[in-house]
Amino acid sequence: MQAYLEISNVGIEFNTESGTFRALQSVNLKIAKGEFVTLIGHSGCGKSTVLNILAGLHQATEGGVILDGKEVNSPSPDRAVVFQNHALLPWLSVYDNVELAVKQIFRGQKSKAEMHDWIQHNLELVHIEHASSKRPHEISGGMKQRVGIARCLAMQPKVLLMDEPFGALDALTKAHLQDSLMEIHSNLGTTVVMITHDVDEAVLLSDRIVMMSNGPAASIGEILEVPLARPRSRLELADSAQFLQARQRVLQFLYDKHKYPGTVAA
Amino acid sequence: MSNSVESTEPPRKWYRDTWQVPAFIKRSLRSWSLSFVGILVFALLWQGTANNIDTSLGQFPGPVQVVEQIQNLYSEYGREQQRRVDFFARQEARNAQMLAEDPNADVRIRPYTGRPTFVDQIQTSLWTVSFGFVIAMFVAIPLGAVCGLSEPVYNAINPIIQLFKPVSPLAWLPLVTMLVSALYVAEDPLFEKSFVTSAITVALCCLWPTVINTTVGVSSVDKDLINVSRVIRLPAHTHLLKIVLPSAIPLIFTGMRLSLATGWMVLIAAEMLAQNPGLGKFIWDEFQNGSSDSLSRIMVAVLVIGFIGLILDKLMLAVQRYVSWDKQTVLR
Repeated sequence: MQAYLEISNVGIEFNTESGTFRALQSVNLKIAKGEFVTLIGHSGCGKSTVLNILAGLHQATEGGVILDGKEVNSPSPDRAVVFQNHALLPWLSVYDNVELAVKQIFRGQKSKAEMHDWIQHNLELVHIEHASSKRPHEISGGMKQRVGIARCLAMQPKVLLMDEPFGALDALTKAHLQDSLMEIHSNLGTTVVMITHDVDEAVLLSDRIVMMSNGPAASIGEILEVPLARPRSRLELADSAQFLQARQRVLQFLYDKHKYPGTVAA
Repeated sequence: MSNSVESTEPPRKWYRDTWQVPAFIKRSLRSWSLSFVGILVFALLWQGTANNIDTSLGQFPGPVQVVEQIQNLYSEYGREQQRRVDFFARQEARNAQMLAEDPNADVRIRPYTGRPTFVDQIQTSLWTVSFGFVIAMFVAIPLGAVCGLSEPVYNAINPIIQLFKPVSPLAWLPLVTMLVSALYVAEDPLFEKSFVTSAITVALCCLWPTVINTTVGVSSVDKDLINVSRVIRLPAHTHLLKIVLPSAIPLIFTGMRLSLATGWMVLIAAEMLAQNPGLGKFIWDEFQNGSSDSLSRIMVAVLVIGFIGLILDKLMLAVQRYVSWDKQTVLR
């Protein structure tokens, strides 16, 4: 497989008051261009730490990450992050939130009019153009998350990193956003790494599901390929044998991990 | 009886049948009437108590005497204004006469040096507190921002802040007076020395709430927002202007409101002790004056000080509400 994003032998230690804490140990993963990968695992297993290392927000203690032939060692718009609680600036309108990123990233590359069109285009991609003058506190949680996604897409990232983006949303809103995300992924061919707690979500969206063993010194326990054809429809998948099988595998893994925490699956 | 009443069709009325008072009017009427009752009860208790207290300066003033003195002080102000107008009119007339006798006569208008009235003292106090407050803010907000941004700077400055924060204005005053007379030596000073002394004393005392609140505001920016800024690689100054300061605005304004309230309290004490013009001096003068009206006049000053403090706070609250992006929190 041609690795676009490669995590090799990554480990990380944090200095805490009670000494060093090893959160991750020898994490290895290769992700192809355009692939949709989800990380799933119990709380505190280091999923977010992996994502933060990919984003460059944390530095790995050993090992490293290579994206498109370059080493990752600091945050960059190449690796845009969608945060769980949307992280929009509450004093800026939806449009201005996206503009802040666009102005910074495309300064000197795009004219004012081009920037405006680009912002509009991205707001349309996530179907939020009608609310562009609203402030974050005036729109619903689902809409805020759409704006968060628009802001990231507007950065034209090589990899879209998503940290439990739909974790705080109700089931119906979540379903809408998942559909939007699948649509965007198939149209733009973006490479996505997403953290989730939701087994159905993982199976529905992913090409591969990376299941993480429990921390401390967490690592990758098992990787599951999801061979479902795209475009996927949640209604048709509901009674597809392949879907149910994949779902069963992930649940089994998580259940075993819960029963025997700390053991690394073969 | 008119026909319309007997007709089967009911007469059309010019008013609505079911007249309902809007809820917000009901609410505010209710709260106003309660406030009114509160004030009334207070005034009655006050008058009742005051009638039974005799001091060496006569009976302690109740609301009736205070209202009397408000009228007196206001008419004194009117008389003084008239005297001032007359003073200039006399000079104009005299100058005109001199010029008529000798076209080359050296004429000049002398400034009016009448006694400052109560209204003048209020104005002076307001100017002084504004000036002191503005000086304090020019120091406090940048200082707080620096402390909030840099842990080492904060650790270095924090002990000094904590040391000076509890110091009373009266302790600063002699030092400030001497400093001002030593350093503020202009040929034709824009401000009077006493004014500068009061303003600097106010500034020294109302600095701290803003410094502390700005520090907290700047250092407690949401971690996710900082990460956003890192991901889009905002340069330091844009990060400060677009992320840190807006995020700290609500706390900065909380600090400024506390500062202004402190400044106003400090000012009265400073004026009283330093004999700088203003409401504090008015009170001290009345106290020294020792007439039978003095206590009532001081009571007027007390009420005016309270009222102005209230207005200043409401003004700051309005500004705070306007600039705060966090419209969900109720500001009181």
